[in-house]
Amino acid sequence: MKEKLTKAEEREFAQELVQKIGELAATTGRKLRFMEVCGTHTVAIFRAGLRQMLPETVELVSGPGCPVCVTPDDYMDKAIAYAQRDDVIIATFGDMLKVPGSKSSLNEAKTGGADIRIVYSPMDSIAIAKDNPDKKVIFLAVGFETTAPTAAATVLAAEQQGITNLFMLSAQKLVPPVMEVLLNDEEVHVDGFILPGHVSVVTGTGVYKPVIEKYHVPGVVTGFEPVQILRGLYRLVQQVVKGEAKVENEYTDVVKPEGNPVSMAITNKVYEPCDTGWRGMGVVPLSGLKMRDEYARFDIEEVLPVEVETITKKTACRCGEVLRGIVTPKECPLFGKACVPTHAIGPCMVSVEGVCAAWYKYGQGRFAYGK
Amino acid sequence: MANDRVTLAHGAGGKVSQELMEQVILPAYGNPVLNTLHDGALVKMSGEVAFTTDSYVVQPLFFAGGNIGKLAICGTVNDLAMTGAVPRYISVGMIIEEGFPIKDLQTIVTTMRKMADEAGVVIATGDTKVVEKGKADGIFINTAGIGDKIPGTDISPLNVKPGMKVILSGYIGDHAAAIMAGRHNINLPASVQTDCAPLNKMTKAMLEAAPDIAVLRDPTRGGVAAVLNEIAVASKCGILIDEDDIPIHPEVQGVCDMLGFDPLYLANEGKCVAFVPAESAEKVLKAMRTSPYGQEARIIGEVTAEAPGTVGLRTGIGGIRVVDMPLGNIVPRIC
Ligand code: SF4
Ligand code: SF4
Repeated sequence: MKEKLTKAEEREFAQELVQKIGELAATTGRKLRFMEVCGTHTVAIFRAGLRQMLPETVELVSGPGCPVCVTPDDYMDKAIAYAQRDDVIIATFGDMLKVPGSKSSLNEAKTGGADIRIVYSPMDSIAIAKDNPDKKVIFLAVGFETTAPTAAATVLAAEQQGITNLFMLSAQKLVPPVMEVLLNDEEVHVDGFILPGHVSVVTGTGVYKPVIEKYHVPGVVTGFEPVQILRGLYRLVQQVVKGEAKVENEYTDVVKPEGNPVSMAITNKVYEPCDTGWRGMGVVPLSGLKMRDEYARFDIEEVLPVEVETITKKTACRCGEVLRGIVTPKECPLFGKACVPTHAIGPCMVSVEGVCAAWYKYGQGRFAYGK
Repeated sequence: MANDRVTLAHGAGGKVSQELMEQVILPAYGNPVLNTLHDGALVKMSGEVAFTTDSYVVQPLFFAGGNIGKLAICGTVNDLAMTGAVPRYISVGMIIEEGFPIKDLQTIVTTMRKMADEAGVVIATGDTKVVEKGKADGIFINTAGIGDKIPGTDISPLNVKPGMKVILSGYIGDHAAAIMAGRHNINLPASVQTDCAPLNKMTKAMLEAAPDIAVLRDPTRGGVAAVLNEIAVASKCGILIDEDDIPIHPEVQGVCDMLGFDPLYLANEGKCVAFVPAESAEKVLKAMRTSPYGQEARIIGEVTAEAPGTVGLRTGIGGIRVVDMPLGNIVPRIC
């Protein structure tokens, strides 16, 4: 789309696309399931009321797209253990405060007197470290390929400025390896992926190719406007019908095939891939990032290891399955009852990009509007 | 003044306090009622009285298009206006942190005077306290206000019925965007300013044109979403609004996209949402457009019998989703 469509034209165009998607999908004679693996897509889809507009033959499911949701209990337990030390200040994005660990949450630690500061960018933690030379400032580095470059740049800036009291508790995650886990999972059925927009800006489109080809599932990178998502869906259906499986780019003005080499170089300078745990999926090989030996002095787990005992409580929370797109939040017995955003039982209800939170907020499975 | 900062002595009630009063406050918003400097003010009211109070603790104190003083006066005026009253008298209590620049205080009180004049209200009584450094965030302002209820009007969510139109007076989210920009050092074009304004003249014109207006509300904290949800619950009706009809400046939308906010939840300080019988809608719109603050007024949706207690939004591409009650503090998303 070169020129901006008027609102009326956009509505008409969207409706046309929905119809085309429906007609084409019907030719396969079955229900097609497409998964988005980016929380911003999840929110965009719900905000636009897209799910309800789609024909019966096409279903959208959300995957492990939110960095907060996929962070496992033991990471939270470690963060809480650090927070409780008198010589530590935790710097974190606001969403992390409410995420339950196995015993409590950062919020509870904060109420108990722990020094926890909400920041908007990892870079903000540098100022906190400078202002508090006698404290260890720990930034909770969660996120996907998108946030890794800023976290890495923060480490480099700290190194350059000679700051010795800033550390990372890293839970950086990578998207392609977890896609592979989903595709290997017998319980998960997907006919194609809506590939993340922001992640791809950084990584480029090539990173998905091995998985897409190995498992022969279509993938399309799209932007976050509803019409862009619909165009992406149409392309996915086209691929399914033609029996193709390739990575297509529906977000060409923003996502380049090679991504952003400068950002990638910064990430790679500081981090290297490692095995890491995901909520609901266990440890996934080479799906995380850890700091290279040269930067190990910024890694709090190297400098000041903590032992935590994580005994995962048995609750009826089905986050693990929700994150893999096996069940919808509506199928969780706690959804909208014991588990609501103001009192979240599982992390999927905590984060603004969490699947359960999006279902709740935009009314799916809860209200008469938008069945 | 000899000293260019507020000191503890300024709040101690002695000669120095008097100096602050005489040199800073009275020159700004002194008037025959206040100037008597009695312990309280004696005022005449005509009948049923509307009464409100609010406290202002905004950070930053100065932001694009306004300051805490402007908020304090307009906020109180608007609270009274939304009950269907003509605001008359306001009290101002200030808690000032030691070391606060006198110049800033002067700016604040001068703005308060300007706003009071525009709204036609009198600052009738007040109080000033100074607290030690670190005990207040520069300055806190508490106000109370009283007004004469306009006879023949009846503002209550219980009067909201299916078929009524929902009217919004203009662009939303400007105030919150200006504050966020100030707080996070985001550079915004100068056009993004707080919408803070006294709406009492506009609401009076609306009620004169259509005394059957069911509800008037100013969508401050929690934004339009909070107001609509409160009315939906209280009236046991549904509300369906149309996304395409909600005016949002592109710059404000931009900040929201950047920080992951929804403009429907952002605070406004110079907007009004009205629920009016369909047959009165045109009259109300016409009355709103006579005010500089109602130029962009429009119908954004209607009250439905379907889905009682909930607010639905028809999205730009024709889907429908729920607009939920805001949940406490909004936090920016991770990326
Ligand atoms: S990290 Fe970026 S790409 Fe990933 S879910 Fe968040 S917004 Fe989407
Ligand atoms: S609704 Fe709550 S308890 Fe259920 S899966 Fe989602 S987060 Fe877990």
